[in-house]
Amino acid sequence: MINSFRKNFKGVAIEGITLFSALLIITIIIVMITVIFIGGKSQLSWEFLTSFPTEGMTKGGIFPAIYGTALLVIIMSIAAVPFGTITAIYLTEYAKESSFIAKTIRFAVRTLAVIPSIIYGLFGLGFFIKFVGTHVDSALYGGTLHWGQPNLLWASLTMALLTLPVVIVSVEEALKTVPQELRAASLALGATKWQTIRKVVLPESVSGIMTGTILAVSRGAGEVAPILFTGAAYYLATLPGLGDQFMVLGYHIYVLTTQSANVDQSLPIQFGTTCVLLMLTFVLNMSAVILRYRIRKKKNN
Amino acid sequence: MTKKEKTGKKKKLSGLEKWQSERIDITQKRFRVGDYLAEKVIKGVAYLSIAIVFLIFVFVFRESLPIFNTSKPATETAVVGKQDSQETYGAVTDNTSTTQESYGSVADSSSKTNVQETYGEVTDQTASQEQNILAGDSASSKNSSSDTYTVSAGSGSDDNRTALKSMATKEWVPVSANPRYGLLALILGTIKITFISLLFAAPLSILAAIYVSVFANKRMKEIIKPTIELLAGFPSVVIGFFALMVLATFLQSVFHYETRLNSFVGGIAMGIAAIPIIFTITEDALTAVPKSFYEASLALGASKWQTAFFVILPAATPGIFAAILLGIGRVFGETMIALMATGNAAQMDLNPFASVRTLAATIGAEMAEVVFGDTHYNVLFLIGSLLFIFTFVINAVAEFYVKGKLMKRIQGK
Amino acid sequence: MSENKIHTENMFLYYSEKMALNNISITIPEKKVTAFIGPSGCGKSTFLRSLNRMNDLIDGVRIDGKVMIDGVNIYDKNIDVVNLRKKVGMVFQKSNPFAKSIYENVAYGPKINGVNDKSHLDEIVETALKNAAIWEEVKDRLGDSALGLSGGQQQRLCIARTLAVNPEIVLMDEPASALDPLSTAKIEELIVQLKEKYTIVIVTHNMQQAARISDNTAFFYLGELIEHDKTKKIFTNPEKKQTEDYITGRFG
Repeated sequence: MINSFRKNFKGVAIEGITLFSALLIITIIIVMITVIFIGGKSQLSWEFLTSFPTEGMTKGGIFPAIYGTALLVIIMSIAAVPFGTITAIYLTEYAKESSFIAKTIRFAVRTLAVIPSIIYGLFGLGFFIKFVGTHVDSALYGGTLHWGQPNLLWASLTMALLTLPVVIVSVEEALKTVPQELRAASLALGATKWQTIRKVVLPESVSGIMTGTILAVSRGAGEVAPILFTGAAYYLATLPGLGDQFMVLGYHIYVLTTQSANVDQSLPIQFGTTCVLLMLTFVLNMSAVILRYRIRKKKNN
Repeated sequence: MTKKEKTGKKKKLSGLEKWQSERIDITQKRFRVGDYLAEKVIKGVAYLSIAIVFLIFVFVFRESLPIFNTSKPATETAVVGKQDSQETYGAVTDNTSTTQESYGSVADSSSKTNVQETYGEVTDQTASQEQNILAGDSASSKNSSSDTYTVSAGSGSDDNRTALKSMATKEWVPVSANPRYGLLALILGTIKITFISLLFAAPLSILAAIYVSVFANKRMKEIIKPTIELLAGFPSVVIGFFALMVLATFLQSVFHYETRLNSFVGGIAMGIAAIPIIFTITEDALTAVPKSFYEASLALGASKWQTAFFVILPAATPGIFAAILLGIGRVFGETMIALMATGNAAQMDLNPFASVRTLAATIGAEMAEVVFGDTHYNVLFLIGSLLFIFTFVINAVAEFYVKGKLMKRIQGK
Repeated sequence: MSENKIHTENMFLYYSEKMALNNISITIPEKKVTAFIGPSGCGKSTFLRSLNRMNDLIDGVRIDGKVMIDGVNIYDKNIDVVNLRKKVGMVFQKSNPFAKSIYENVAYGPKINGVNDKSHLDEIVETALKNAAIWEEVKDRLGDSALGLSGGQQQRLCIARTLAVNPEIVLMDEPASALDPLSTAKIEELIVQLKEKYTIVIVTHNMQQAARISDNTAFFYLGELIEHDKTKKIFTNPEKKQTEDYITGRFG
């Protein structure tokens, strides 16, 4: 009797500890969201989102940072989504699951996913700027500096590499949910493999490609380390083009909190910017979760 | 009208008949250009992802190579190149050099410690050895450009030799008349902070994963799991901001330590970033344990928790090990949180409440201000190569060793 | 028997090392319905799939021996598999329409074969749907999603889709096994009509079905072809004991 009570007590205690851990993590998340939201709430206005910073970044809005972030993720997606989708197509449609090359590619993709983002920054600097950019300059501009320096294009491409595994994994998952029978039906009608992929498999996995894109955009919008020295700028009075440095939300937060002359005065803007970035990534991730949930549900049917 | 219709119909019919009467020849393999090209392109693009991993290593390592060149003096062209980049980067350096002042104001004025105090005067104090030394940002506002340039122009074989030699020391003073690139303090700082964050994140995430996969009912599971996975989508700069603004103050008021930003705060913040990784992989590993294990154990009269700890957990250990490894990888390379919440002072100190500077943060803080092609620049890339190799190895171990073991245990192969 | 359409000689099929078909030699006549019967796992579906090389999609499948269609060995090196599958169409066990409109489902085959003329396509679609005896049911909603059709309609749509490519042989892999009796009856009726134009090979585990619709029946057991003859003879006076045991329901 006593023994079983003791046993029972131990069980309850252990379950309690595990539950406590789970709840503690959830609490941390909720506290983070709440604090940032409350801190930034007062800042959130149409004006804040659409105007330039003023008075040494202590007043005004964050429009250029939003604009820069948008451009960054758009160019990044243009590069990463087709690239990632094609790789996923190779892995699911062409490569044999057990083949050496497929295994190697999968390993490479997972490696890309765990390489620290700062390394991508170094690569962007060493490859895009110093190697590609400098060569382009010496070939087209006789050596004067145009592309051999940090800019929006190089930063976006660097970010594209970083988000590549995100796209590949999502699209692969979606492609795998396309029933094998549909491929068989198409092939049995005399369609070639590529026709089958283009006309049957890809249309069926549009939502997966969208999930991948959204997740990649969310990741790209929030990462700062890869663009620290490949294009992000502290302050710009004009909106950037491809060859210019640019402002971006995440870097803006970093700069305001650690590098600006008057941290205290810009505190509301810091909270406001963080709140905007968090809400942006939050909304993106939520929609990705919902989309993915739908795909999985479809698979189970 | 009717005539027209008729002829139209006739024409159509003949089209259909033609379609139906077409005999298909199967004896000659047809060459389909579209398919051929599609396959080649798809294959090529897919192979590129392998190439990218190589390229990343090659180009990061390549930029660090000159440091190993201890025999030849620096060439003329290299110096010219430096001059170019120096000019363009002057602006950047100026921008960011406002750092020093602002930094102090982040911390409470009351708890201003020796870290902040040394900060502005690094160049003078470099000789004093056991001081807390901050580097990088110390390319100080007024005279940085010219100073750095003189140093870099002189960087030749001798400099490289001394730079290489200095790596095994404790002092990280990259910008001074006598630059030293001691990595020990940085490495120690990185390890310390990794240790702290794992101490915080690993038990928490693993226990939570056990709760979700063993104890939780379906409803709790459907709330907890996506919420924790949502944390994975938090940008690290947001977590860093939270740590810097809220967590640091909170923890200081609880533990009453001196320096506001230190390895403890940074470690906890990075732990938060690592939680979703460890949680997800552990949960996957626990769920992968076959249901029959669970049922057999229950059938033998074991309770739920006994089953969890003596049956499921041991079966999933390799997976949990992989989770921790990848958590380490994440923390090791984390840059933004390290930049924002650790205090960024390169010092040899095991005290968890002392400021630290990690390898990744060093790259993040100093790369934007360094002179291209300079020894300092090369050393930063060398640090990058080290980080790359480290995470690559961690991933490879997690992938091959652990997964192989996991398969063996679960499937008994 | 009339003209030989399909003819195999000493055909073996292996999954990796495991032998799935053992020395199959059979001749299938043109414009007749041939039924394959046998207990599940006996290789009848595997054999059917090897007649239009759908087994190529599975890793590790190896085939020895001859599989001749119109006198051509379809496993020869320079056979064009894509064209082979146009010539030898297939209807699957589970109806598998694309998530497109009814019209697009049927037009899929002609379209990938380069038919782009709208009126021409309309004609092909209409003819195929009529041939599959589903035209009357869907003619007013060709633009609707095919997934909205009932199971039996979906299966007939899949047949129409196959017919639209204009095959000479139609392989059917238990086409009615997932359908209710009414839909099954419709499909059976359709099959009997189709043999005027097409050579039909159907796999079924329903012996009554085989008896009702087929001209010839082949009995497979454990990867071997046990007996192949006129349906009437198989069901009334089989030569082999195993066949008799099977059709009288003693096993399988």
